[in-house]
Amino acid sequence: MASEFTVRSDSVDVEQIMGRIRARIGEKRGVDYTENEIRELANVTIEKFLDPTRVRSDLLEYYLKSRQAAESGAAPAGSPSGTLVGGLRRIFSPLLKPFAKLSSIRHAVRELRLNFVLIHNLVIELTRLAIEVRNLKMRVESLSSRLDFNERRARALENAVQYRPGSGPAAGGDADRSAGTSQPSRAAGTSPQPSRTVPASQPSPQQPRRDNDAGDGSAKAEAQRRRRRRRRGRGGAVGPGQTLFEGGGPETAEGSAPAATNNATEPAQSTSAIPDRDTTGQ
Amino acid sequence: MKIAVVVQRYGLDINGGAELHARYVAEHLARHADVEVLTTCAHDYITWRNELPAGRESLNGVPVHRFPVSRERGIYDFARRSSLVLEQYHSLADELGWLASEGPTSPALIRHIRQNQGHYDYFIFFSFRYYHAYHGIRVVPARALLVPTAEREGAVGLSIFAPMFSSVRALMYNSFEERAMIQAVSGNHDVPHVVVGIGSEVPAHTRPARFRQHYDIHSPFIVYVGRIDENKGCKELFAYFQRYAATVSGDLMLVLMGTSILPIPEHPRIRHLGFVSDEDKFNAIAAAEALVMPSYFESLSMVALEAWALGRPVLANGRCEVLMGQCIRSNGGLYYTNYREFRETLQVIESNRPLAEALGSGGRAYYREHYDWPVIERKYMDMLNRLQQADRSGEAAVGAHPIPGWWARRRVNCRPANDVVKDLPSGAVVGGERRT
Repeated sequence: MASEFTVRSDSVDVEQIMGRIRARIGEKRGVDYTENEIRELANVTIEKFLDPTRVRSDLLEYYLKSRQAAESGAAPAGSPSGTLVGGLRRIFSPLLKPFAKLSSIRHAVRELRLNFVLIHNLVIELTRLAIEVRNLKMRVESLSSRLDFNERRARALENAVQYRPGSGPAAGGDADRSAGTSQPSRAAGTSPQPSRTVPASQPSPQQPRRDNDAGDGSAKAEAQRRRRRRRRGRGGAVGPGQTLFEGGGPETAEGSAPAATNNATEPAQSTSAIPDRDTTGQ
Repeated sequence: MKIAVVVQRYGLDINGGAELHARYVAEHLARHADVEVLTTCAHDYITWRNELPAGRESLNGVPVHRFPVSRERGIYDFARRSSLVLEQYHSLADELGWLASEGPTSPALIRHIRQNQGHYDYFIFFSFRYYHAYHGIRVVPARALLVPTAEREGAVGLSIFAPMFSSVRALMYNSFEERAMIQAVSGNHDVPHVVVGIGSEVPAHTRPARFRQHYDIHSPFIVYVGRIDENKGCKELFAYFQRYAATVSGDLMLVLMGTSILPIPEHPRIRHLGFVSDEDKFNAIAAAEALVMPSYFESLSMVALEAWALGRPVLANGRCEVLMGQCIRSNGGLYYTNYREFRETLQVIESNRPLAEALGSGGRAYYREHYDWPVIERKYMDMLNRLQQADRSGEAAVGAHPIPGWWARRRVNCRPANDVVKDLPSGAVVGGERRT
């Protein structure tokens, strides 16, 4: 939509823009229903035309039978006075002949009415369904765009968490919370201890893998460790109110820090366990 | 030159469109002439109850003379009479009864005009539909200028007003659409007139970031400023915006400013801030993607002009011919007449920033050319000087149309006013042509 309206200078022609917008709406819409018509059609329920409790399954059969009976001039089957009426009809058949034609016209009219009602109902149902399909299409479009947005957002968040340890919740927050525990250098906050997972000194967050490869030479072990951690993270380790790093609680509980095994969800313990996890070489 | 500005209510805290318009005009004309305001003691436009003291006072350097209202408006009586004159065949007496019922009935104000008409060169009456304008103009037709502030509503079609539009010395219209409507209803093409409108007190610098911070609004938003009322098209706006939010992805919000007399839907993307200061209002408009104006009836939207003065685009209801005309003439905004147009136009404004900026620039240029205060002041003073010259040369020949006699007033021969208005030509006036 946006690309359709190119602005070449400061002055724009509103009438021209509105003309194009209206043309576009016309193309999208096809048949130009008014708002009221759409609302009316949307409120129509199928029960209005078809009441399932009153539908006769033998309706067509009954209709055909009665039609045949009328055409042959006999009383409908099952009538108690069938023979008497038949006899009378035979006697007065020369007189009744002109009326027989009237009867067939009456039947034709009935048939026409029935067809009209059926076609009318079909048209209404089709219109309603078309509108519903269009609404659903719009909804699908909207949901897919939201999904795209959420995916992009999730990807961005993942990148932010994975590649920014210096400014992430683990670094600053953990430093404060672990003050007075086993990591005095972090508590002081003067020089963040380089993490083995992601080196703090890396120049670009987009190149962590290359830095790791060029690091200590134990790249395979490092990658294995990372994969293991990711698997655990996916397993629902991040609880409500915890950061992704705090979510490593269960991992620390598995580790060698004895305090963490007692209460893995306690923030101070779980965060102080992060360096332990690294040092234990998991 | 001594000028009296006659208006139904007047005060610094009265923010009704015509009343604010009158105050701005009085304060700006006071720089060029000796201006006095004649008004009533009413503060509330529903009841016209006497709430302000009668007598003289000074507001922003302009002397104000207030007169008491003799009777408050009876809501039911007014509703009954409105129904009669708007929807049924009726008589002139019915219309005069409707006018007295509408108010603000202040015979003291009319008496003052009659007794002191020699003290003033001209009277500028605001709002054609009220008691003070009709009876005041009948007292001093040769010195009366009228600022009708007429919207496309039933009252325009009442038979008593057509002679009034023809009997004044000059008309100061707010828009070309208003002029076309009044000329169609009264045939007063030969009465001197000018399309002038109104300026606004827009600050030179705004602080949109401060607004965002203060109200904790960080998403893009469109803003509505004014009374939140069904008559202003807000109900339709809510329905359209909720539908838009449900079908179009993004985080665009609707921010509402003003007193609400309509329930506001609970929606995460609709925010009501209530009545805010002028500073916040201007900061909000400057921060917004666009100002939305959903009203069906406007004689001139001041807030739309303010948005244009701040370089912001306007999204207007195209069923209001004045707003549509303003958008086309200014190239400063888009308009909609149904949901699909609302969605498409809003999407264009939201997603196409260069276009939105260009619309804002167009609006700003339009405001500076037509609605900046020096332009408005000049138009008023030119008209007053022109009338004064005509008076001196003895060209002026205006007299009030006499009210028909007792029997003629009671003949039921007036069409329902709504039918009269329905038959008037409609659509925006652009280059002298109607556009719909």
